[in-house]
Amino acid sequence: MISPIGWIIIWIGVVFDILGAIGLVRFPDVYNRLQASTKCVTLGTFGIMVGIFLLKGFTPMGIKALICGVFLLFTSPVAAHALMKGSLHFGTKMWKGTVVDEYGKDKLGGEQIDKKEG
Amino acid sequence: MRYIIYFIIAFCLWLLLTLNVNLDHVIVGVIVALLGTVVFGGYFTKKPMKFLQLHRLFWIIIYIPVFIWYMFKANIDVAYRVLHPERPIKPGIVKIKTSLKSDIAKVFLANSITLTPGTMTCEIEGEYLYIHWIWVQSTEIEKASKIIASPFEKYLRRIFE
Amino acid sequence: MSILIIILAIGAFLCLYRIYQGPSIADRAVGVDIMGILFVGITALSALFYDLSYLMDLSITLTLFSFIGTLALAKYLEKRSLDD
Repeated sequence: MISPIGWIIIWIGVVFDILGAIGLVRFPDVYNRLQASTKCVTLGTFGIMVGIFLLKGFTPMGIKALICGVFLLFTSPVAAHALMKGSLHFGTKMWKGTVVDEYGKDKLGGEQIDKKEG
Repeated sequence: MRYIIYFIIAFCLWLLLTLNVNLDHVIVGVIVALLGTVVFGGYFTKKPMKFLQLHRLFWIIIYIPVFIWYMFKANIDVAYRVLHPERPIKPGIVKIKTSLKSDIAKVFLANSITLTPGTMTCEIEGEYLYIHWIWVQSTEIEKASKIIASPFEKYLRRIFE
Repeated sequence: MSILIIILAIGAFLCLYRIYQGPSIADRAVGVDIMGILFVGITALSALFYDLSYLMDLSITLTLFSFIGTLALAKYLEKRSLDD
């Protein structure tokens, strides 16, 4: 009974992983790419780990998979947050369709929005 | 006191990672956990007795399914935006206000916001958070705070404060 | 069931395309980060298929090292020194 559920969760995780990678290619600027890919790839890999735990049960491999999933859930948002702040301070412009930039107004002296077409 | 609790947590993590109760493994684990305690114990929380209060553990157990459900919704949302041929995005950075006081609660709020639909934390400063939002619904502070932060604040306040 | 690993490898190739193409350094940093997490998934699935328990240890280590590498890249982007 547990085994088909584990396989289904692994499949859902892999599908979300590939969707995150497609989002990394399709979206127009750094911030949107970071949004799409971080969310999808984190939940996808966490799903793979939970699936392995359900397939293997309380063996060494299953418990290690669960620990790895929890580590991933803690480290991945922090890494994304650091990259986002880094690229804001690096001066990467935002996409021309961006509507508002409060951070640039408060900290960087003006909105960091790309004005030219393209 | 907090050094002792840190030592116990580190040793339990070691036992989970090895899953082996031979004498030599346990001795190595004690040495490694002691080293970790001496080096990093000073950064640990000031009031470790919070780990033993049962109502906090109860709210953590309530919070985990809620969080996973929001994460799943976030992924469906991103999948829709990725696969839609016209890429329906309207991004922007807005500013929200939180009523949480302690630092650890703010960190967990920021991580929860990052993994939930269409929002991502850029910076925490005092009681304001800067949020990158993939589909901006409102640029006013109160309204944006209500949409983004309020689903998590009530749980996190009960867990950490 | 090795088609799962093939799908993840295609995702890693999409990340490589972004690293090659990316207009700025920040795009390349994002690509490296996402590729690291995809490699964690590939390693865990290999551990499941070949029933090798040590590959799961490798995947825990890869998670933590990918995190530290991304933090170093972000510090570089922010133009701060590494011991700040």
